[in-house]
Formats: sequence, structure tokens, C-alpha cells
Amino acid sequence: MALAAVCGGQSASEHFGQLFSGKQARLFDRPNHFSFGTKIQEFAVPVGNEPSGFLRSCNREEGVRIDLNHGTTTLAFKFRHGVIVAVDSRASAGNYLASNDVNKVIEINPYLLGTMSGGAADCQYWERLLAKECRLYRLRNNHRISVAAASKLLCNMMLGYRGMGLSVGSMICGWDKEGPGLYYVDDNGTRLSGRMFSTGCGNSYAYGVVDSGYKEDMIVEEAYELGCRGIAHATHRDAYSGGSVNMYHMRE
Amino acid sequence: MLSAQNFGESGKMKEYHYAGPTEHRFSPYAFNGGTVLAVAGEDFAIVASDTRLSEGYSIHSRDSPKCYKLTDTTVLGCSGFHGDCLTLTKIIDARLKMYKHSNNKTMTSGAIAAMLSTILYSRRFFPYYVYNIIGGLDEQGKGAVYSFDPVGSYQRDTYKAGGSASAMLQPLLDNQIGFKNMEGVEHVPLTKDKAVQLVKDVFVSAAERDVYTGDALRICIVTKEGIEEQNIPLRKD
Repeated sequence: MALAAVCGGQSASEHFGQLFSGKQARLFDRPNHFSFGTKIQEFAVPVGNEPSGFLRSCNREEGVRIDLNHGTTTLAFKFRHGVIVAVDSRASAGNYLASNDVNKVIEINPYLLGTMSGGAADCQYWERLLAKECRLYRLRNNHRISVAAASKLLCNMMLGYRGMGLSVGSMICGWDKEGPGLYYVDDNGTRLSGRMFSTGCGNSYAYGVVDSGYKEDMIVEEAYELGCRGIAHATHRDAYSGGSVNMYHMRE
Repeated sequence: MLSAQNFGESGKMKEYHYAGPTEHRFSPYAFNGGTVLAVAGEDFAIVASDTRLSEGYSIHSRDSPKCYKLTDTTVLGCSGFHGDCLTLTKIIDARLKMYKHSNNKTMTSGAIAAMLSTILYSRRFFPYYVYNIIGGLDEQGKGAVYSFDPVGSYQRDTYKAGGSASAMLQPLLDNQIGFKNMEGVEHVPLTKDKAVQLVKDVFVSAAERDVYTGDALRICIVTKEGIEEQNIPLRKD
């Protein structure tokens, strides 16, 4: 069963269903069989046709406050010796600080990193799904996925749910056959390759600091200091960024 | 007795204002109150909750604990909307059984946490209004606490408070367990007895100041010997 799923083929039971008779309903089509989302990923949607405004309308009811974890500053830039990724570590839910030590970088594999900003659950879920797809790619094709392809996978996942209120601002950073790679992907389906990006509500502060200090031929220590400084200044001025700075250096 | 907040700027009572037509629709959610707390130690974990079930100005029940035993090494605490808590625990129990039957072993705390994250995210567009905290022992036997938001974002912590009094309890825990904002204090590791006493004191404070917390406290202490439960009375007013 697991091998069939990896190869992307149909499972044996589906073959039998087609062989014998089209009238026999398949196991998971019967109305009283609830598979708990283990066979295919299902998403429940509220009644009405505006899922993105649904949560906001619920928050006006007396006593009910559904606040989701949010807010960040993240930045990444390419330079001669690789890619520097720096993120803050704060998660806020409405006005409450849910946590000051969240890890906002997901290590997809030793050569690929994804950063998370925007909705915490959205980023965690879709980037974990991206990690699964990258692993399957490696198993099926016997070579590691490129940064461009990985970012395209994430971009297409976002496009599938465009307009439904997801909030994801992510940078896919890595080192592949073409050298260092940096892509920005967001919930609208934007996918941009670039030399330097910063995302989150504190991004404007980080841009100012890093743009003024950036040199393509920096030494490694200068780059570390620049990344750190960018996040530190953003946390100083932005209320929804804070905690500590987590930094990664993507080398060959 | 009327508090000063009911008066407007000039000292007179605020008058009723007509704000125009408002749309009322059925809300699928309700807030049933309750506070949950979990602490992880070196070889133990504690999950505690109050047992009051309220809605608006009424108390529905004084004996509705919010800790649910999932396995011999894991306890889930969930507060928020009681209907969603019940459905969520039923679904988790079913998934635990399915895992046990397919893999012939019990799910570990970390695996339960990851699974709960995907269960919550499957309702990303119509969330479960539940604040979850899982407390248990990890594969090495150390205490582990995982805290969640309503749509499944999670992380491993040492201690976490969730529910209606969470904003009051979390700073107290930061200070007493995390030793934050204190100078010149020796960082003594938390023993099980000290942790249980701290949890009792912390809930007594919560019951003093939060209307939705009170009645009784249910503590579940998870160690490698099993899960021990204690019930302590709290303020009933």
C-alpha cells in the first residue's frame, strides 16, 4: 500500500472496483463511512460562500474570540558565500503574546529551508506538506529537488486555496546545482526569485537596515551581523515581532 | 454594586444608543469557559484544569473536567467550546485506535501532537473553537508539553496555560517556572511535589479573578508508573 502511494499508482481495491462492476459503490463513498481524513485530506468549509470572512463574523459574538497565532519579521539574502536566513521568534494571537520562542524556519532537508510568516498554522501545515512532497520527489527521481521546483510546488498549493483566507509569506532558500537559491512565495500565489527578501509586519524596518548595509562580497561575519541587526531593529519597532533572533547560513 | 466603568465621561450613566439595523445570524460557536494548564518536568508531566462549565452568566455544571486521558503516557486538556471539545476527543480516540490496530503500538506524545495539528488544520476554514494543551512523557521518558492554537499551529514547551484565565496564569508561570524577570535567583529544577503545589496555588489565584474559572481543580500527574488524579475544591462563587 505504501509503495503504491509513493509511485503514485492506484491502490489495488480501486482496480477491483473498476473490474467488477461500476454499480458497486467504493468503500469510502458510502455515506456512513467516515475515514477521519486518513485516506485523502479533507477540508471542512462553513455554510455560505465566504470562508475568509467567517471567522471575523464569529468574533463579534459575545464571549467568542477565536484568535489565531500571527505576526513576524523574517529576512533572507544571498551573498557570495551562500544564503543568510534570519527570523524573529514571536507568535501573537490577537493582543495576547502566545509565545516568544517559536521556531519559524523549517528544515525541509539539509539543503532546503523554508521560513514562515503570517498565519502560524497555515505556514506549519503547508511547509510540512512541502517537506513531504520534496521527500517523495527524492525517492521517485533519485536526485534532490531544486529550489525553483520546491518553491513552485508551494506556490501551486497556495493557488489552489486562493481567496479562502490563508495567510502565508514564506521564503524558500537552498543550495542546488545552480548555486544558492532564494524564492519568495505568498498566499496569493506570488513566486519571485531574488537576491534579498523580507516578510512579515516588521519587514519595512528590516529592508531599511539590510539595504543600507548590504555588499555582495561581504565576509561571513559581516553577513551574520547584518542579518542579526535587521531583525533586531525590526523587533525594536514592530510590536508583533520580538523574542530572539534565529539565524541560518546556507552553505554548499 | 455598580463599578465605575458603567458611567460615561460626564459622570452620568451611558444612555442606550440606537446603532442602526444589525444582522443577527446563528453562531455555531459558544464560549464555555474553563482554564487548562500543563507543566513538564524531568520525568513527569502535569495537566490540570478547573471543572466549571459556564455559558454567558450561567453555570451549566460544576463537575465537567477538561482533562482527557488519551494513552497511559498522554493527557489532553481542552477548553473553549464544549461541543467542539467533545467531538475532537471522540475523533482523537478513534484515530488512536486506528493507529493501534494498523501499527500494533500506542501512539507517542509527539506523534499525537503532530496528528492533532493535522486534525485541527482539516478544519482551517471552520475551526474547532478549542484551545488544546497536551501533556505527557516523550520516548525518552522526559516530560513534554505541546500547546496548540485553534487551527493547529503547535510547539513543544516546558509549561503553558490555555483557556479563559490563560493571560493571568502564563506570566505567573513565566516567573515561577521559567525564572523570567528575576535577578540573582538560582535556577532549581522543578520537583514533582513542588510543581503540584504550584499548580494548586496558581489555580486558586485564577479562581479569585476569573469568573469562568472555579468550583474544583482536577490534576492529572503523568509519570512512568501511570496517571494519578487529584481533585481539589476551589471557590464556588
